[in-house]
Amino acid sequence: MSTNLYSLIGLAAGVAFILALKGLSHPKTARRGNLIGAAGATVATLSVFLYVTPPRDGSAAHSLPLNHLWLILGAIAVGLIVGVPAARKVEMTQMPQLVALFNGVGGGAAALVAIVEYLHLGSGATTAEVIFTVFTVIVGCVSFSGSIITFMKLQELMTTRPVVFPGGRFVIAGTLVAVLGSAVWVVNALGTSPLMVLAVLSLLFGVLFVLPVGGADVPIVISLLNAFTGLTVAASGYVLSSTLLIIAGTLVGASGTILTRLMAEAMGRSLFGTLFGAFTAKPQEVSGSAEERPVRSGSADDVAILLNYARRVVIVPGFGLAVAQAQHTVRELADLMISKGIDVAYGIHPVAGRMPGHMNVLLAEANVPYDQLAEMDEVNPTFGQTDVAIVIGANDVVNPAAQTTPGCPIYGMPILEVNHAANIIFLKRSMRPGFAGIENELLYDPKTMLLFGDAKASLTKVVSALKAL
Amino acid sequence: MDAIAIISIFTLAVFVGFEVVSKVSSTLHTPLMSGANAIHGVILVGAIIVADHSQTNLELGLSLAAIILATINMVGGFVVTDRMLEMFKPKKDPVEKGGSK
Repeated sequence: MSTNLYSLIGLAAGVAFILALKGLSHPKTARRGNLIGAAGATVATLSVFLYVTPPRDGSAAHSLPLNHLWLILGAIAVGLIVGVPAARKVEMTQMPQLVALFNGVGGGAAALVAIVEYLHLGSGATTAEVIFTVFTVIVGCVSFSGSIITFMKLQELMTTRPVVFPGGRFVIAGTLVAVLGSAVWVVNALGTSPLMVLAVLSLLFGVLFVLPVGGADVPIVISLLNAFTGLTVAASGYVLSSTLLIIAGTLVGASGTILTRLMAEAMGRSLFGTLFGAFTAKPQEVSGSAEERPVRSGSADDVAILLNYARRVVIVPGFGLAVAQAQHTVRELADLMISKGIDVAYGIHPVAGRMPGHMNVLLAEANVPYDQLAEMDEVNPTFGQTDVAIVIGANDVVNPAAQTTPGCPIYGMPILEVNHAANIIFLKRSMRPGFAGIENELLYDPKTMLLFGDAKASLTKVVSALKAL
Repeated sequence: MDAIAIISIFTLAVFVGFEVVSKVSSTLHTPLMSGANAIHGVILVGAIIVADHSQTNLELGLSLAAIILATINMVGGFVVTDRMLEMFKPKKDPVEKGGSK
């Protein structure tokens, strides 16, 4: 294949990625957009097998096939065997973790590519190439280890609360200085060991960078790390003289940055507050949470009676609903109420679930009609006329502390104002606080009734009780 | 490739990247993130190129590891995004819903 044809295929793949992102911005074209992107990536990958990139040391390109062809194909097969089943089988509830993990391995791949290219070029590398290599290694490693930590937080393999230790900010600042110092060392001293030191320090920095981020803010960090990985891909495109990698990486870097900002806005957070809030926030008042406080708990029958005489009901689904696999049961309940002439809507918080838009995916999976899903701005003004708000497995997104308690981790996050409804029903497994780890005053409100138990089992009981009425 | 050409490509790609996602509704944030995530899996191309160039076992081993990771990122990313979007089969007009934000 000629160099020109190879470059044109790369350009076509770049255009496919632009169309993919464009398509993904609208629900109607999203799926087609994703398929265009996948086609572009496939064609680009195939073209590499038909064109030998000349080595940077100026020697002539060898003839086809590629060196180590079978090992390369074998490695791709391993990747397919690991990646495809993981993507096929993952529960929709675990989607954010998987996206974090995929992003992390992408960052790791970019860092490895840069390291290999560096080893290969040795002292023949130009200063610009070394600087781009160093950038890729740092950011790729940060993205890799940071994504692993976000994965562990979301999978609840570790605490979801911000991890802050005494002097934490000095340790992080110190690590950053060490990373930059070793970067300068690599640029000046050109050698394998400085590069390895740089990689290790960058991995450490990635861990320290994500640890202080609270559970609820983790999706913003995934998006940010996604943008980081994009930039590393662009930088390795420079080192490898690949227009395609520069276009694709830059696109992801830029769109990821915007997406991170949009998400932070949807959650009412500044990016700075998300990343460094844990260091500046005052320790929370813990008084009151230790003592036993009275709550009003009810039975499924109580709930059914309350619903039977309601005119308007708003269902607020949270991540707990999805964990209990109760999407179908909640839809059954909604259909039953509608058949009784009750006005029913789902109030969807932009970050319900674990990621912006996650709840829409989960309810779409249960075939809940789109027109019953109301966004926060739409549903909030209606809570005053709502007889019953049913909060199922959600907590932080209805916590009034976000409006009333400055300094609490979710302060400033827009919430669904269920506290304005005449009655509030919480379906909860236990009194355990939500993902952000904050006490919810609403649970102790006199107009709140709690129905303890597994969300699916509780809803099934409510449905049969309501049918009997 | 000369530096000016690279800077031009980079700059234009930044603007395109900003432009294409500036008006996306929060409904689609998750699939968009996942889709963008799959796109940077194209580093697979770079991993294959360095595997072809590698001369020592260390270089070859590291680049094969990069190929495995990049394949997981790219293929897994596109598959999982497609699975999510499959569920977005519009019943009514979801654009209207999304547009209200």
